[in-house]
Amino acid sequence: MEAVIAIAIGVLFGSGVWLILRPRTFQIITGLMLMSYAVNLFIFMMGRVWIDKAPLTLKPGIPSLGEYADPLSQALVLTAIVIGFATTALYLVIMIGARGLTGTDHVDGKEPEA
Amino acid sequence: MSGTPWTEHLILAPVLLPLLAGAALILVNEARHGLKFSINLGCNLLLLAAALALFWRADQELWPGTMGVYLAANWMAPFGIALVADRLAALMLVLTAVLSLAVLIFSWQGWSRIGVHFHSLFLFLLMGINGAFLTHDLFNLFVFFEVMLAASYGLVLHGYNVTRIRASLQYIAINLVASLLFLIGIALIYASTGTLNMADLGPRVAALAPADLPLLQTGALILALAFLTKGAMWPLGFWLPTTYAAASPPVAAMLVLMTKVGIYAIIRIWPLAFGAGPLAGFALEGLFWGGLATLLFGSVGMLASQEAGRMAGYGAIISSGTLMAIVGANQPALLTVGFYYLLGSTLATAAFLLLAGLIERIRTPGSALLALTMEAFAIEEKPEEPVGVGIPAALAFLGLAFAGCALVITGLPPLSGFVAKFSLFHTLLDSSAEVTRETWLFMGLILASGLTGVIALMRFGVRTFWASGNLQAPSLQHSEALPISFLLSLCIAMTLFASPLLAFLERTSEDLARPGTYVEQVLSSPVRPGPAGGPP
Repeated sequence: MEAVIAIAIGVLFGSGVWLILRPRTFQIITGLMLMSYAVNLFIFMMGRVWIDKAPLTLKPGIPSLGEYADPLSQALVLTAIVIGFATTALYLVIMIGARGLTGTDHVDGKEPEA
Repeated sequence: MSGTPWTEHLILAPVLLPLLAGAALILVNEARHGLKFSINLGCNLLLLAAALALFWRADQELWPGTMGVYLAANWMAPFGIALVADRLAALMLVLTAVLSLAVLIFSWQGWSRIGVHFHSLFLFLLMGINGAFLTHDLFNLFVFFEVMLAASYGLVLHGYNVTRIRASLQYIAINLVASLLFLIGIALIYASTGTLNMADLGPRVAALAPADLPLLQTGALILALAFLTKGAMWPLGFWLPTTYAAASPPVAAMLVLMTKVGIYAIIRIWPLAFGAGPLAGFALEGLFWGGLATLLFGSVGMLASQEAGRMAGYGAIISSGTLMAIVGANQPALLTVGFYYLLGSTLATAAFLLLAGLIERIRTPGSALLALTMEAFAIEEKPEEPVGVGIPAALAFLGLAFAGCALVITGLPPLSGFVAKFSLFHTLLDSSAEVTRETWLFMGLILASGLTGVIALMRFGVRTFWASGNLQAPSLQHSEALPISFLLSLCIAMTLFASPLLAFLERTSEDLARPGTYVEQVLSSPVRPGPAGGPP
């Protein structure tokens, strides 16, 4: 289980890194999104990989906290998703602005000389 | 929150005030520029007052144990988010408030009107910076970093043109990646220690099983990578000169402060997490060498730059590099000088960036490139007939302010840069330990960076102010000259009152050298009883 998730996160992040090193803005934003998916999964998994554990509830007679899933990493990942989504959307707006003003989608704002 | 004196809530003011004012300003029509500006100015004055009050309370030790702890939502410390106002945080708050006030007044004349929502973004930026200084929780630090960065993305784009869009594409991409690294670092630290509260981190790190240490070390290093990208350590700082040169002058001046936030975070977290125990002083040697490399890179870049904005950018890189090396050297006495240097160099670099916008008005386009080419090929300029025109006041002001900034940035006497450098050398040579080869290298690099700074700035100044030909006296408004004079006079005041200031900074670095106090204060901070007097 751990190995599968680790490989999935690694593949996502690796593809993201490759994509942000490409020269087109569309590739960069796709890469950033893949990387942020990988990071979100990563934060989630840092609460340990568990199956079949109930969320933490406030009932009397909780036997042990180990019976429950870690709520903090879930809270963290929610915040990270929201912030990542907002900043990526902002980047998209600037990308469109750059495309309109420079007439190219190259990150340098001009086509490389062939 | 009955029974809580208002002074306790004061800690929250530097975050809450700009948030409320900024949100209110979105509703005000762009056409009512005067109203927007006055609200922003009022908020800035209140921020300055709040920062000074916090500063006074922290330094007079009106709180138990030299620091005020604010438990957000009344949750106990390791579980909720704690805001902590100690000497260092209060000092940085005052610096932020002073700088933002000057920048805001500078932007009155034109910069705040050339785009929409300048004032709201400006206030949100202040909220992010202030929050990052106050918070004592790693994830909350990330949130405030993002608030600060999101506002800065908008501000860098302010006054939309092709150069700014091109620069901000890179600036935003780099900072988004750095934020992802930040998150990975936080997640790893949480996985290995089970806490994100900075005060809680220290004891838990010390009690960690050796098998868990590699995970924590990886996390801390990745986290440091995110901070150092903001602080522009070589080779992570290539974005900085381009962004500074492209951004409008008031925004660039605020960005100077943002590079310091990254270094502040390291100064804040490292003593708490790695102050003692098996990992004492972890990775600080790497920071020292990174700082030296940054110094070298900044000095070379300074020599190569042709426009004032880029020069100021490399000046900021040099100051970052010096600070990193100082923090990396890991001596409390050195940190005192480091804080003094931080104050002076931030004020002077910001003033220089404001000035750069004014200088652009008198420089003819292309003259900068010409100046460098002429020197490279040793072309003698034909002296022209002297023109008998007296120097207009505006030109004289620009020249004098330029000289003042250059003196502080390069560390020449008699301004605060020299005091900082002198006390730095004094501390380095005076320490009881043997003066090592690294120390000599550090001092040599600082001197070299000063020399290249002098050469680059002199060349720029001579070509700009003493250039033959028709130098037009620029039109200069009081609201533009005043902030620059204000920032520079603060540098002069820092020189005149160096002794009390250094005494204060010494208390600040002594606080930092005692992480145990933080742990005790933050974790034992009492929860307020509920309104009915029952359990909270």
